[in-house]
Amino acid sequence: MFKHEWIEKNVGIMLVAIMLAISIGGMVEITPLFFIKDTVEKVAGVRPYTPLESRGRDIYVREGCYLCHSQMIRPFRDEALRYGHYSLAAESQYDHPFQWGSKRTGPDLARVGKKYSNEWHVQHLNDPKSMVPASVMPRYPWLLTTPLDYSDVTDRLKALRQVGVPYSLTQGEYDRNVKEFGADVAKMLHIPDAQKNLIAQAQAGNYDGDRSNVSEMDALVAYLQVLGTMVDFSKYDNDEFVKFR
Amino acid sequence: MAAVGVASAEQYNYDIVRKFTIMALVWGAVGMLAGVYVASELAWPFLNFDVAYITFGRLRPVHTSAVIFGFGGSALFATSYYVVQRTCQTRLFSDGMASFTFWGWQAIIVLAAISYMLGYSQSREYAEMEWPIDILIEIVWVAYLIVFVATIMKRRQPHIYVANWFYLSFILATALLHTFNNLAVPVSLFSMKSYSLFAGTQDAMTQWWYGHNAVGFFLTAAFLGMMYYFVPKQAGRPIYSYRLSIVHFWALSFLYMWVGAHHLHWTALPDWTSTLAATFSIMLLLPSWGGMINGIMTLSGAWDKLRTDPIMRFMIVALSFYGMSTFEGPMMSLKDVNALSHYTDWTVGHVHSGALGWVAMITFGSLYHLIPKLWDTRMYSEKLIGIHFWLATIGVLLYITAMWISGIMQGLMWRAFDDFGNLQYSFVESVAAMHPFYAMRAIGGMFFLTGMLLMIFNAFMTISRANRNVSVAVLNPARAAAA
Repeated sequence: MFKHEWIEKNVGIMLVAIMLAISIGGMVEITPLFFIKDTVEKVAGVRPYTPLESRGRDIYVREGCYLCHSQMIRPFRDEALRYGHYSLAAESQYDHPFQWGSKRTGPDLARVGKKYSNEWHVQHLNDPKSMVPASVMPRYPWLLTTPLDYSDVTDRLKALRQVGVPYSLTQGEYDRNVKEFGADVAKMLHIPDAQKNLIAQAQAGNYDGDRSNVSEMDALVAYLQVLGTMVDFSKYDNDEFVKFR
Repeated sequence: MAAVGVASAEQYNYDIVRKFTIMALVWGAVGMLAGVYVASELAWPFLNFDVAYITFGRLRPVHTSAVIFGFGGSALFATSYYVVQRTCQTRLFSDGMASFTFWGWQAIIVLAAISYMLGYSQSREYAEMEWPIDILIEIVWVAYLIVFVATIMKRRQPHIYVANWFYLSFILATALLHTFNNLAVPVSLFSMKSYSLFAGTQDAMTQWWYGHNAVGFFLTAAFLGMMYYFVPKQAGRPIYSYRLSIVHFWALSFLYMWVGAHHLHWTALPDWTSTLAATFSIMLLLPSWGGMINGIMTLSGAWDKLRTDPIMRFMIVALSFYGMSTFEGPMMSLKDVNALSHYTDWTVGHVHSGALGWVAMITFGSLYHLIPKLWDTRMYSEKLIGIHFWLATIGVLLYITAMWISGIMQGLMWRAFDDFGNLQYSFVESVAAMHPFYAMRAIGGMFFLTGMLLMIFNAFMTISRANRNVSVAVLNPARAAAA
């Protein structure tokens, strides 16, 4: 007959029993997510971030934007009207770490890309109340005046490549990306050209309205402008994604 | 200080308990002050002052880490080191290692706070510390486990007391959660920045498995351990039901680990996972209430103490808030409720009814019991404890009421349609509507913080008086004897 007393009198048995009790839940719920294919559906258009967007994302994380803005639209009628199509798992498949958030002190940003002009974003980040008088968002004037540090952008992309984002280092990886994403995107994902590509995108995009240097504002706005724009939902039937839910 | 309770100072390592107790008070004040400040920033945004280091996004993790790991963590180190020595009737294993856990843990909190303000964050809630700090946590935590288990191994009692099961479960679970949630690849050996090993859906699931169990084990199981020692001690009565403590201990440890995904209802996480989590969340109500009932019923037959003993009042109100928030939690894990409550202030209110109502209150009660024991004296003022109790209670009530109203209002405004099927409110109208409740929440926090400062004053007077008596006794035994 089992007696609880055995456990109470032997710390070794107790340690093992507790480990068993606390391990099962996580194993059952987390492990399958890595193996069940439907967890992340296959969708055309989703690609890793360009070097400039990726640095913008780092700034988004640095400033703690996720504490007030979610990036996860739920499948409700009001959210569809306010934000757009509900978020797909595939849309954050290259997000290390995820930025789904847990609180909406401000609106969801999963599909904020291309909704406003670059000028709007620059003005809004500089002084939110000047665009939205009732806003409680802090002002971020230093973004425009701080030059973007892109000296270690290759190291950053290499680290992302190590955790599984398909940036390319070798010719073979580059060719794979051409096949997967097309030549234009593949060029942007090539790590040896990262610095060159970053500067070129900032110049061409002119996100902060000043081509003379690359500011943190350039990077952050480039990131915000790509959010939620990668999947072309007009190509998909309305019910296409329901089977993955 | 050396002369304080000579016999017990040799038998037990009280020095380490004293250090952690003092730091729990210090971090309580720091963390709650940061909390009041970030709450005020939401009510009055000019408080961000265009200073990067103190904007809401960087300061909020300072608040959460200082209260959870600084205040809560130090209080848990203090009480677990005290409880394990008293209930095993043996001295703590290795003074050196215990001391290492103290300095290591304090360094972790300081480094975390500074690094957040400088902009280093993993953006994982309650695990924002970057990788070098994570490694330090891992090392300190293993030392903690060794000290705790080795002390149990040299116990002079055949049985391991129930409070120690909870502490043990908390230490093991925290090690497991911390390790897997912080897997990341650094940009380089000399860069603070790292990228999470997992992405998107899997990353979200890992983080909320961690996030909810930080609540489940760090803020619940461990504080139940505290409860299982200090409530019977303060009440002067044995635990109500030993059998109940066995059943609810194993059920709690097993069930908690399943519920994290209820933070991800209606997201891109597969339905099966969050549905499973919701199911277990509802089951979790039973062991949660098992603990609450066991604690409250320990007082049966001595209810009059509630009238006379402010420390007992702290403990019973803590258990009541525990019961309330562990009912609210499963309810919010229901998908239909969650559709309204998620992303709103309701969640914030829920966390604080647990964190302020349960965690902080049981800590206040336990520390008021512990401080006089550690310095071999009596509290400087019983009356101040009573005032602290009312300040804290009013503070929590203001806080959670404000968040209930604002949370439910947000949820309803976001989904309101007009007669033509258009959204009735723009997002910013919901932001504007929150203002009075954000102000009310900040005021609730100020009440709570004021109580905390009173406690520090009370403890400071208690300790300095005790030290003065000791130095009189040491320097001039004759005068001490005459006095």
